[in-house]
Amino acid sequence: MRHLVSAGDLSRDEALLVLDTAHEMAGLQQREIKKLPTLRGRTVVNLFYEDSTRTRISFEAAAKRLSADVINFSAKGSSVSKGESFKDTALTLQAMGADAVVVRHSASGAAQRLAASGWVGGSVVNAGDGTHEHPTQALLDAYTMRRRLNAGTGDLAGRRVAIVGDVLHSRVARSNVLLLATLGADVTLVAPPTLLPIGVESWPCAVSYDLDAVLPKADVVMLLRVQRERMSEAYFPSAREYTRRYGLDATRAAALQDSAIVMHPGPMNRGVEIAAEVADSERSTIVEQVANGVSVRMAVLYLLLGGAFDTSKEQQR
Amino acid sequence: MSASANSSTFILRGARPYGGDPVDLVLRDGAVAEAAAAGTASAAGATVVDADGLVALPGLVDLHTHLREPGREDAETVETGTQAAALGGFTAVHAMANTDPVADTAGVVEQVWRLGREAGHCDVAPVGAVTVGLGGERLAELGAMADSAARVRVFSDDGKCVSDAVLMRRALEYVKAFDGVIAQHAQEPRLTEGAQMNEGALSGVLGLRGWPSVAEEAVIARDVLLAQHVGSRLHVCHVSTKGSVEILRLAKERGIDVTAEVTPHHLLLDESLAASYDPVYKVNPPLRGKDDVQALRQAVADGVIDAVATDHAPHAAEDKEGEWANALPGMLGLETALAIAQEALVETGLLDWAGVADRLSTRPARIGRLAGHGRPLRAGEPANVVLVDPAVRRAVDPGALASRSRNTPYAGRTLPGRVVATFLRGRPTVLDGALA
Repeated sequence: MRHLVSAGDLSRDEALLVLDTAHEMAGLQQREIKKLPTLRGRTVVNLFYEDSTRTRISFEAAAKRLSADVINFSAKGSSVSKGESFKDTALTLQAMGADAVVVRHSASGAAQRLAASGWVGGSVVNAGDGTHEHPTQALLDAYTMRRRLNAGTGDLAGRRVAIVGDVLHSRVARSNVLLLATLGADVTLVAPPTLLPIGVESWPCAVSYDLDAVLPKADVVMLLRVQRERMSEAYFPSAREYTRRYGLDATRAAALQDSAIVMHPGPMNRGVEIAAEVADSERSTIVEQVANGVSVRMAVLYLLLGGAFDTSKEQQR
Repeated sequence: MSASANSSTFILRGARPYGGDPVDLVLRDGAVAEAAAAGTASAAGATVVDADGLVALPGLVDLHTHLREPGREDAETVETGTQAAALGGFTAVHAMANTDPVADTAGVVEQVWRLGREAGHCDVAPVGAVTVGLGGERLAELGAMADSAARVRVFSDDGKCVSDAVLMRRALEYVKAFDGVIAQHAQEPRLTEGAQMNEGALSGVLGLRGWPSVAEEAVIARDVLLAQHVGSRLHVCHVSTKGSVEILRLAKERGIDVTAEVTPHHLLLDESLAASYDPVYKVNPPLRGKDDVQALRQAVADGVIDAVATDHAPHAAEDKEGEWANALPGMLGLETALAIAQEALVETGLLDWAGVADRLSTRPARIGRLAGHGRPLRAGEPANVVLVDPAVRRAVDPGALASRSRNTPYAGRTLPGRVVATFLRGRPTVLDGALA
């Protein structure tokens, strides 16, 4: 595997390889000197067409800890704002010798387009494309679940994961559904019907409109950010009604099993999809997810640029 | 085949009209002079075209062509677009109104018509905009366009839907005065804001905003009822869904004066191609499901859909590469339409060649009120003829197309059939598969 475009591209073995590698990377991060020489002399470009400070910093930290040279290219204040096309930007980066391009874009499919176009020779890592996918987020979420629920080993077979909120517009939800299915978890999407895509019944997961019915059985509750502008598009009547029906407040959280964890990809709307006391509770893994993001992205860059995925793929065949 | 393309008499020796028994078709003074027994026709100074094994059809008529001139001459011009048309076997095309400036005045439609005459590759029948600037607010001067030298009979805001029910009603009524027709681009605008592909399971997976079938079907249902109410003629552009076919079937059974077209790409391609995110497959209305493709083919065979119309939509390279969401919708169609009709309709057994002539020539000419086109291949009729070799199979080479643009979704795909010659009123526009 040369690129990571979709969480669905990963076989179970490949996904576990990423998680295991991330675990090793995390161990190394406990050392005083965090930097590894692995990608010395390699160049990783962060090509960000959308503002996303947390994802960009996470990739940047990951690449730097592997000793790669990092070029940050953000669309704002760049040649893109002067009207440069996606193709020309990609060709420019290629000319500078990018070994990997981490791309974040508001258009669904931008990462796949970049990977298939031949405009860049290196690996393409999808750091979020429109409302399509965000595979490294799903990997770091799976890593977090495994640490909290499975002592950091094995897959997630039989674990019950509820993903709650704006599934329709969520790349995090799409990647999580694909990866969690690969890892054996039972996923239930919970949302008002307006925020579920047409055809969701063909996804490898269950669907519910009723959060209260799902919570008592869940091992994991993952809340998705609700954008306030969805209200004006009549996806739901008001933020208050959304919170009443789908928000995780302390009362609802009390219905959870003691061991259940609460996740959020951030940034949160406190008081909308998640109450402050839940976000700050022991169950919450929100800050941990951020830390795990660096380890997982180190693993992804290490495996893609090191060619380790290719061998694992060969073994499966 | 003789190179003397200037002689005024042509003998198409051994041609098979509508795929039937071979005859010698004699074209003289712009008309079909006779259909003689094969191998018997002779005339002093005549150019003999060896048409042995070739199917002869009346020159094709396209109800839906974007020639892009004026305004986007970098993507296509009347000259290059009509060259593509002739090479595709067309003797007449309807040039859509969404140019820049919009063809919403007698001046613009006459300009396009005149450019077509000067180019001489096929007849160009300009389509007039229904509303000023395609704005959907005020009727354009439909009568002035009808009375102009361009003699406009088809009016369309294609690219945009005439979504206002009152405006649509008035337009349908108004054009009755000059036997015009409103060609509706059926797309409910609110249901398709930001839409990128067919709405279904695949759009949900790909994270591309969906264009639901109901957005087309709801407008068609409304419009056939409006047409019935005011007793007007309605034409529906680029029908793309199974549900639309059902509504049209019902409307025709009720005796409503409605006609419809389907594009070649909706007869051959389906939405699965969007999974590549390659914008060459982005088109409006979008490619639909396999069920829709089958229903559309059957509807052409049944005559519920009257015409195959290309929706030839050239775009400059920079508008068709990069991100899917940022690309313009549209595909080339003129040079591959007949090949796709052969593959999707003839080779599937749904239509014979007479049926192809009906759906790609006779009926579209009648809908567009083009008196000299879509006529039978018999003595005394205008000599608008296309010769096609159905036995050839060729891979589509975008670089070899006459169109100025390259956005064909069929690049590298092997398609059947080859247009060998096209005659416009007895004059060859294409000979030996090349521009004459």
